[in-house]
Amino acid sequence: MINELLFMNGYAVYVMSAFGFTLLSFLGLYMITKLQFVKEQSKFVAKFGSLNPEKANSAKIQRINKEILANATNN
Amino acid sequence: MFKIFEPNKIFQITSKAPKYILFLFVIVLTVGLTEALILSPEDYKQSDAVRIMYVHVPSAWISLGIFSSITLLSISGFIFKNKNFFLIAKSLAPSGFVFNIIALVTGAIWGKPTWGTWWAWDARITSMLILALFFAMYLIAWRIYEKEEKVFKITTFITVVGIINVPITKYSVDWWNTLHQPASINILTKSSIHSSMLFPLLLMTAAFALFSLLIFLMKYNTELIKIKNKGLDRL
Repeated sequence: MINELLFMNGYAVYVMSAFGFTLLSFLGLYMITKLQFVKEQSKFVAKFGSLNPEKANSAKIQRINKEILANATNN
Repeated sequence: MFKIFEPNKIFQITSKAPKYILFLFVIVLTVGLTEALILSPEDYKQSDAVRIMYVHVPSAWISLGIFSSITLLSISGFIFKNKNFFLIAKSLAPSGFVFNIIALVTGAIWGKPTWGTWWAWDARITSMLILALFFAMYLIAWRIYEKEEKVFKITTFITVVGIINVPITKYSVDWWNTLHQPASINILTKSSIHSSMLFPLLLMTAAFALFSLLIFLMKYNTELIKIKNKGLDRL
């Protein structure tokens, strides 16, 4: 069975390169998207940390800001 | 009217969903790959080369679906003056483009053992290449134009012109003599593909759809945080 999977009647090189290319593209896109997300999240946390207490409190009124901070600490 | 789509409200869901979608995607992909590479039968004519169909066809379907969705969202964004529709469209584009490239590359790999050539200027292949160019133009437009109103107009224009290519891609095999065979799967009439091949194909389509949903959510969350970052600058 393993031989069949490896040889595929002579088509293994085509089949495996098609599947390999697909999975590598997935991995690449996932990594790039994740990196962009983490970068923006870190930028947000840094900016939030540099706010004075008054501004930080007014920013915290928005639920989405609290969510972003909570997610950043969970990650 | 579209208050349910307000970013502040849906971020709570979109920020938590990716980890569950990723988990589900890994499970469906594992089962799909087992079916596609091991359990599904070989074709009587194409032999094992037919297995490329399980990555090629879902990629083509999803890229066409995403481009259609982007067009619909861009037009809706214009009609209802809703910026969030544009944001959703923008977040869908990267996975649509990558699936388009996968369809082109795996199609070329499949073409070599089946037709004896990596590339032919066949109507289906050419229209998929044109679709990739529209995806690229759409993504580039978001990068080069900074003014919101301008980028909304230009990206909508690109999608409205590009959508003409979608039915051409779909019906190219019926309208012209192409190397591609006519559609084997029809929603309205009986499909000519055997269930032993249809099942893995649908499983792989589900896995790919989950992956595009995952990328969409991650990209959408990134865009929302970007907006909030600008908001902090204004405080």
